[in-house]
Amino acid sequence: MANVKGSIEISQELCKGCELCVSFCPKRLISTSSKLNASGYLPAVFNDNGECTGCAVCALVCPEVAIEVYRG
Amino acid sequence: MKKIYSRPKSLKKAVFHYCPGCGHSIIHRLVCEVIDEMNLQDKAIGIPPPGCAVFAYYYFDVDMAESAHGRGAAVATGVKRAFPEAIVFTYQGDGDLAAIGTAETIHAANRKENITSIFINNAVYGMTGGQMAPTTLSGQKTTTTPYGRDDNLEGYPLKMSDIIAVVKGAVYVERCAVNSPANIRKTKKAIRKAFQTQIDGLGFSLVEILSPCPTNWRMSPIEAWQWIDDVMSKEFPLGVIKDITGGKDAD
Amino acid sequence: MTGNAAIGEAAIRAGCRCYFGYPITPQNELTEYMATNLSRKKGCSFIQAESELAAINMVYGASLVGARAMTSSSSPGISLKQEGISYLAACELPAVIVNMSRGGPGLGSIVAAQSDYFQATRGGGHGDYRTIVLGPSSVQELADLTHKAFDLSDKYKIPVIILGDGVLGQMMEPVEFKYEAPAELPIRSDALRGAKGRPSKYIKTFTSNPAELEEINWSLFRRYELIKREETAWETFLTDDAELIVVAFGIAARITKGAIKTARASGLKVGLLRPITLWPFPSEAVKELAKRVKYYLVFEMNMGQMIEDVQLSLEGQGEVSFYGRPGGVVPTPSEVSRVISRLYYQKGLK
Repeated sequence: MANVKGSIEISQELCKGCELCVSFCPKRLISTSSKLNASGYLPAVFNDNGECTGCAVCALVCPEVAIEVYRG
Repeated sequence: MKKIYSRPKSLKKAVFHYCPGCGHSIIHRLVCEVIDEMNLQDKAIGIPPPGCAVFAYYYFDVDMAESAHGRGAAVATGVKRAFPEAIVFTYQGDGDLAAIGTAETIHAANRKENITSIFINNAVYGMTGGQMAPTTLSGQKTTTTPYGRDDNLEGYPLKMSDIIAVVKGAVYVERCAVNSPANIRKTKKAIRKAFQTQIDGLGFSLVEILSPCPTNWRMSPIEAWQWIDDVMSKEFPLGVIKDITGGKDAD
Repeated sequence: MTGNAAIGEAAIRAGCRCYFGYPITPQNELTEYMATNLSRKKGCSFIQAESELAAINMVYGASLVGARAMTSSSSPGISLKQEGISYLAACELPAVIVNMSRGGPGLGSIVAAQSDYFQATRGGGHGDYRTIVLGPSSVQELADLTHKAFDLSDKYKIPVIILGDGVLGQMMEPVEFKYEAPAELPIRSDALRGAKGRPSKYIKTFTSNPAELEEINWSLFRRYELIKREETAWETFLTDDAELIVVAFGIAARITKGAIKTARASGLKVGLLRPITLWPFPSEAVKELAKRVKYYLVFEMNMGQMIEDVQLSLEGQGEVSFYGRPGGVVPTPSEVSRVISRLYYQKGLK
């Protein structure tokens, strides 16, 4: 069965480092950056290793609408 | 690959002033998604409260008007009576709807006003710095219950949705939460159903949403979201409290 | 018809779409008139609200979306409405608020008094704002000024208070309505009607920027200056040769006219200045009289409220005496004419 391929883009400037996406991503593909953004938060970063399915749970839980999701 | 998720059209492109992990941000987005999907941007009139969400008009790209604290249901009544074609929703916190606004909320429901109240329950008064709310849990420490809420002195957590459900003119009352993907999806469905109730002219609808307030609960966002599962929803159980709308999921 | 009913009829003829009220003596006949005559009218809405507080907020809601809306109450209920009136003024929303005032403070009495003058003319709620205040003194004037109130309110985007009292509301006099109800209920053009074909709008009063709020306050007060220049209204009665002028408003002015007729019959040269707009107060009219007349008697059914506006207007040019009966006691014309005579002779007037 072919896996669905997906990808996300996290806006480093909208992100407030709440780490909810980090916690909820079923494949653990998101981690917290060690570089502060302009607002003084440590934003989330997407570690694209090809396993993302575009399930969009990260975008669902992101309070800041900082994540856009691609699938196909 | 094609983009399958991005900002709803009726959510303005502005950085939320809400704290990291705050429920308002999620709920604003859900309401805007529903407004987009149901094509209500032209007809919606929103009544935000004093409180953290006082700036809701910076985010919702629909006509909005401020209300005095607690008066949302009365303002919405005036709006809907004078302009019945509008889809009118109040967006109120727990102090707004269940403390100072108890009378207005109960009576708007009693008159079967065709309005929708979105009731944000975060068990605390957020904007003013974390004082006790009617929905603060027993034993919960807040800035005005520094020793923990004492039921005998400060009263019990108020189940406002259950009170409203008893009122005959309230036709759809559901309690949801935004602390997990599953709950967020259910909340969106409830908001959608509430607006549909109004469109169908069936009466007063209320969606209570347990919402995390990491700052005033003194927790991280993840801990706050967990606390809703572990503690808050035990006092405020999720689910449909009343549904006499006659739809396929109705009582 | 009674004053209370005349207000209702005038409001309907002015295109009032929504009335939200609450029972309180002595204005219940107005609420009931609207229940009978407005509630089933197409496009209109009548609600007996759960409180005066809810009612003013319903008026705010209706005004937001462009409807002509009205509420009424009496003194203690008007106190409850102050928050809502402050919001209406801050948002520059029209609304008509009728106060058929009664004795106070507290629950007070259920009969006429004029002790809400300060509350009405100094804003009444929190913040720097004013509302137009109209002081009718007959049933005919209640009808005329109610109709005018809606126009003034829309024109200047300011709440308008009709300051009546229990006697005016209950008394019965012939009244002629000079206007028919409009064929279409008016909808204000700048109202919130949903963001169709235009960017979304919001109406708010809160700001986290003091400079913004300062400019809003200045802007409101510039409008108030315009209203003062254009809309101040008063009546003079036998003032041309008067040596003593009584200043009174509302029902007190009505009583005074009777008293002055008696005094004139005895040869006393007394006249009446009757402010019709209590805000803006006719200061210029007082100043004009003060060029010739030295003695003033302010007669009000309270402990002395309008007298301050008279004193402020005179700026020291003239002597002001006071006669007041608070609590809901309604003086007779002969009582007032005795007060006038005593003062006239005390001051050595011929």
